[in-house]
Amino acid sequence: MPRKLKKVYMDYAATTPVDPRVVKAMLPYFSEKFGNTMSLHSFGQEAKEALEESREVVANLIRAKPNEIIFTSSATESNNLALKGVAFANREKGNHIIISQIEHPCVIESAKWLETQGFKITRLPVDKYGLIDPIDVKKTIRKDTILVSIIHASNEIGTIQPTKEIGNICKEKGVYFHTDAVQSFGKIPIDVNKMNISLLSASAHKMYGPKGVALLFIREGTKIEPILHGGGQESGLRSSTINVPGIIGLAKACEICQKVMKKEDQRLIKLRDKLIKGVLEKIPNAYLNGHPQKRLPNNTNFWFKFVEGESIVIQLDLLGVAASTGSACSSAKLEPSHVLISIGLKPEEAHGSLRLTLGRWTKEWEINYVLKVLPEVIKKLRKISGTI
Amino acid sequence: MQPYYSKEVIDHFVHPRHFGEIKNASGLGKVGNPRCGDIMKLYIKVEKKGNREIIKDIKFHTLGCAAAIATSDMICDLVKGKTLKAALKVGYKDVAKRLGYLPAIKMHCSFLAEQGLKSAIQDYEKRKEKKKTLLR
Repeated sequence: MPRKLKKVYMDYAATTPVDPRVVKAMLPYFSEKFGNTMSLHSFGQEAKEALEESREVVANLIRAKPNEIIFTSSATESNNLALKGVAFANREKGNHIIISQIEHPCVIESAKWLETQGFKITRLPVDKYGLIDPIDVKKTIRKDTILVSIIHASNEIGTIQPTKEIGNICKEKGVYFHTDAVQSFGKIPIDVNKMNISLLSASAHKMYGPKGVALLFIREGTKIEPILHGGGQESGLRSSTINVPGIIGLAKACEICQKVMKKEDQRLIKLRDKLIKGVLEKIPNAYLNGHPQKRLPNNTNFWFKFVEGESIVIQLDLLGVAASTGSACSSAKLEPSHVLISIGLKPEEAHGSLRLTLGRWTKEWEINYVLKVLPEVIKKLRKISGTI
Repeated sequence: MQPYYSKEVIDHFVHPRHFGEIKNASGLGKVGNPRCGDIMKLYIKVEKKGNREIIKDIKFHTLGCAAAIATSDMICDLVKGKTLKAALKVGYKDVAKRLGYLPAIKMHCSFLAEQGLKSAIQDYEKRKEKKKTLLR
């Protein structure tokens, strides 16, 4: 009998497994406590109560008030609502929006669409680590600027932005500040008050909750228009029947994250740095993307000369390791990752990129396993490319 | 559901039979895909048998994705031992077909393989012409 293949999941930035405690919390809300939160009878009220309790738990994780949290179906929806909703509600003030060059596609594409509606978009560059300079934000804000939207931590290279500094500038200038916190929410501390955040998007499936449920924090008093019109759920900002089991799951995921965050961060940083050090030591012509310290505890991203990223991913997959790449070969548009290009990589350098992201169930042996097989994979592919 | 890559693609990607370099190759084709950045080099060794020119050996070096490596290996499989005339009739569709299937977005890899072969044969013909003029 062949030995069973080791399975090592190192793509936690793509999605995470649902924590069994989250599943357990959700289960009663499918067939037993299944009511519609809008119903006046006991079934509905039971669901409504669960919804409001969940809102409190979620709000608490980022020090928001419960009435400042609305639930959506995805971070894509939250980001669309934040950008389009604020843009259309504040048209009389101005039509200028600032984003960064390294936003997630749902922010980039929302901004692009807003351009077709007459809004003006400025896309701020980043330095070689992927950092925004807050002074650039300050200099770019104009009289007609209504919104600044800067990702909290990069989904690709893990760089954490000086979000507090940017928030302070926006507050000082009287401009709304939205941050896409999908990768950082539940992973590193966020305080929407200390960081002067007006709107924040996050998603359950990136933090051990279920897919199909997400949230948008909207600071009290923020002028925003809904994009889904209907029965008036979520204070009229997001009509749709409430996804109670999903929201229960999100809340449970938040509760667990809050409890374990400090210890988990320390554990992951140790593993992350071991992985980074090992890769850079064992593989010639290997480079780290993103900032060495100002990065998510679970993110590593490299590029390797003379190899292509998708071929690394496929080879690793055959060895049981799940990873991802910013290579053009793996993108639907055959274009290299815009984030890697924004930090100054040439297309042929982004071509050799590899992202390995860790999570709650990553063990040290998995790091050791990757450090054993990855150098072999790179060596083999370099032989095929004729560079060694 | 079909897996993203066929068994054949994975097989030729993981165990390529023809990668490497031919020293003193009779022709070298170097092609690149400007969009995704893949680079392919094809080396051919041509031998004359009577007035037939046969691809005696063919090898490749490819910097690219699994599909680019598999199509490089497959074009070598398909034309090794063939006359130049017959080899020129092998197209990207034959490469894709012999690999079972290619994801739609990867069809361009098989095209790269076809171009690589054509470029290597062209290089061989050019060298032959040069020799002729030198001998004259």
